[in-house]
Amino acid sequence: MSVIYLLIGISICVAIGFFVAFIIAVKSGQYDDDYTPSVRMLFDDEIKKTPKTEIQTIKEKQI
Amino acid sequence: MDTQNCFHCGLDIIKSEEIIFDHKSFCCNGCKTVYEIFSVNDMTCYYDFENSPGSTPLDIAGKYEFLDNEEIISKLLDFQETATAVVSLNIPHIHCSSCIWILENLQRLQEGISSSQVNFPEKKVRISYNSDAVSLKTIVYLLSSIGYEPYISLENYETGKDNVDRSLTYKLGVAFFCFGNIMLLSFPEYFELTEFWLDTFKPFFRSLIFVLALPTFFYSASDYYVSAYKSIKSRMLNIDIPIALGIIVMFVRSVVDIVFDYGPGFFDSLSGLIFFMLLGKMFQIKTYSFLSFERDFKSYFPIAITRINNDTSEESVPIYDIQKGDRLLIRNQELIPVDGILISDKTAIDYSFVTGEADEITKKSGDKIFAGGKQMGKVIEMEVLHSVSQSYLTQLWSNDVFQKKFERNHKTITDTISRYFTPALLLIAFASFTYWIFIDTNTAFSVFTAVLIVACPCALALTAPFTMGNVLRIFGKQQFYLKNALVIEQLAAVDVVVFDKTGTITTNKKSNIVYEGEALLNKNILQLKNVLRASNHPLSRMLYDMLPESSKIKTTYFEEIAGNGILATIDGVKLQIGSASFVENIIESDHLQTAVHIKIDGKYLGKYIFKNQYREGIESLFKNLNNSYQIKVLSGDNEGERAVLEKLLPQGTELIFDQKPEQKLNFIKQLQDNGHNVMMVGDGLNDAGALAQSNVGISISENVNVFSPACDAILEAKQFDHLNYFLKLSKKAMLTIKMSFVLSLCYNIVGLSYAITGKLDPLMAAIIMPLSTITIVSFVTAMSNYYARKITK
Repeated sequence: MSVIYLLIGISICVAIGFFVAFIIAVKSGQYDDDYTPSVRMLFDDEIKKTPKTEIQTIKEKQI
Repeated sequence: MDTQNCFHCGLDIIKSEEIIFDHKSFCCNGCKTVYEIFSVNDMTCYYDFENSPGSTPLDIAGKYEFLDNEEIISKLLDFQETATAVVSLNIPHIHCSSCIWILENLQRLQEGISSSQVNFPEKKVRISYNSDAVSLKTIVYLLSSIGYEPYISLENYETGKDNVDRSLTYKLGVAFFCFGNIMLLSFPEYFELTEFWLDTFKPFFRSLIFVLALPTFFYSASDYYVSAYKSIKSRMLNIDIPIALGIIVMFVRSVVDIVFDYGPGFFDSLSGLIFFMLLGKMFQIKTYSFLSFERDFKSYFPIAITRINNDTSEESVPIYDIQKGDRLLIRNQELIPVDGILISDKTAIDYSFVTGEADEITKKSGDKIFAGGKQMGKVIEMEVLHSVSQSYLTQLWSNDVFQKKFERNHKTITDTISRYFTPALLLIAFASFTYWIFIDTNTAFSVFTAVLIVACPCALALTAPFTMGNVLRIFGKQQFYLKNALVIEQLAAVDVVVFDKTGTITTNKKSNIVYEGEALLNKNILQLKNVLRASNHPLSRMLYDMLPESSKIKTTYFEEIAGNGILATIDGVKLQIGSASFVENIIESDHLQTAVHIKIDGKYLGKYIFKNQYREGIESLFKNLNNSYQIKVLSGDNEGERAVLEKLLPQGTELIFDQKPEQKLNFIKQLQDNGHNVMMVGDGLNDAGALAQSNVGISISENVNVFSPACDAILEAKQFDHLNYFLKLSKKAMLTIKMSFVLSLCYNIVGLSYAITGKLDPLMAAIIMPLSTITIVSFVTAMSNYYARKITK
């Protein structure tokens, strides 16, 4: 049963790991603005929709 | 895409000014230009996220010349090293996801910008750029040209990097971490205490729990010890005393229990208690970070001004560098930063900011002009008489009210309760101790500590934060923004409501004449204006002022029929201007509305409607308020409006005119000396003193992002007629708190009955504590939501 020392040791270490991650996140200001990132993450797909292809086709026609 | 609204800014398009570009309609050239900029740069998906998200760019030529000055730039920047610079700009227009998108893609519009990041709640954008490739001025002009004009004021000049206080987040994190792990490790003890393997591991588990409890006890709960110590020192029994006492007793008893192997201790309840209480604190703090409640003149003043040097060259200098004798150049719409003498021929100055008087004042060469006025004429020159800190306006801020950052000695409802709670608790603890000491010393000590532990007013302390926090959010959703939760309690205690007149119960919007009917030809407008010139009727004068400047035409026939209107012939055209019955033989459909009807050559065309300049719903608001409050109106204006106001407001309303800012402040003070709790509703700088002096100062704002003086709460102007609702709800919030106090006292009595009889074991404590917390929190949330819906607006 002494394996319990090891298991609890590991579980505490994992918990401390998350705790440190939390502290770092707060320190870097990630919790200061809790709204903008939720909107920002929706943008990435939209930006690619730029009509660059259109410009290329025009060039091809000129050639 | 045939919409009536502008594709860019969403405003109604006036048909004659509509601009069609790329199959889309725009209301003005400015909006079209922004669209052009975006479409050239492949950025039209700006319009995909939201419909018409933009704003019309304003003409800002010359406004940001001061950004050439290196000294000023260095004050504005957050960070600068070699060529990399970072600046945070406050942009009030940020309001939707399109704004975020466009502002975070600035690098595609302007070379030299490396990245930009929006902080939506604070309405700020943080731009890092290469200062060799692009100047701050270019960036500001770029932002303004796409409708996102940054707001740069003297405030930006002074404040350094503000340190965000995140200690509560850390404390909460620590408490949660420890609470979770302690709970986990306590589980075996909850279920079985005699099993063999548990006995083997008991020391290990318990010492681990003890170690985990240390950071919670010493770090997370530290605020309570400090607050308790302070309140003992100032001889005020606040709620933190029994809390701190409970926590400390709990900790000591648990340590003793573990060391002497009496039991598992109360570390689980201890850390849970601290965690929940910190959670309550966190919930109560809802900050509207895009608003500022501490504004003084600095947020209104420009950061720099144009100085004319002796060799007639112009130069932008920071305001603080202005000295007596300097010559300044003030452009149209610019704020006069210092007292001085007008050198230019003449100008009109709008002092509404300072005095609350709506009319512009005409100044001639040689007249004294005071800081705080807005220059309404063409470009003027002035000579400086006083530096900024000695000017008349800024001296208002040397009044005591602004000097001390004083905490008004306001006793919160929780503190009032705890004045009885703490002595009662100690009495019970000692009584049960003396009773048990004759029977068994050991039990006596355990009962004594158990009483203090179980009575620790956790639920009591959580009641107010959760109720207030919830009401604060309900208010916020309805655009009534409070500085902090304490304001709710003060709102509930108000018995006198004082209103400012100009800008508060009247609107600032000048354009309150609208035309309704068949469109008038330019020719007709010209004729109308010329006819009106001859009339002295107030409505004619107002309409005359509103119509565009025009050339003079001679009126051939003119007759004014008193109480009816004007009959005139001009340019061979017959005009009939006046009341409905006079012009068209119809009865005015809406008798609350004032209108001037127009008939040209026998054909009825339409009417000009004069919108009431008082805010909508004001009559019913005052009528409702009058039932439970004393209402007073303070005004910086003269008595001209007395008759109108007396008709509008309920009888017995005190009206006081010609009040200077200091007099307003003293008026409030006098009311307070007579034992009243005063709520002041105002706007503008002229009310700043009164707002600061009053128990609750509410600032009305047409645009909450920009203008509001220091106050306790900011109310969006549109919601003005809901003021009574907010007052009612704050009273109900207090009622909710009182009800929940009763509930939590019941829990305390149940807990105490176990404690006094010496039956309290750790498991019992671990159940009672979260149970009471959760029921209290859900009770107050449900109740305050119920009241928010039930009270009619």
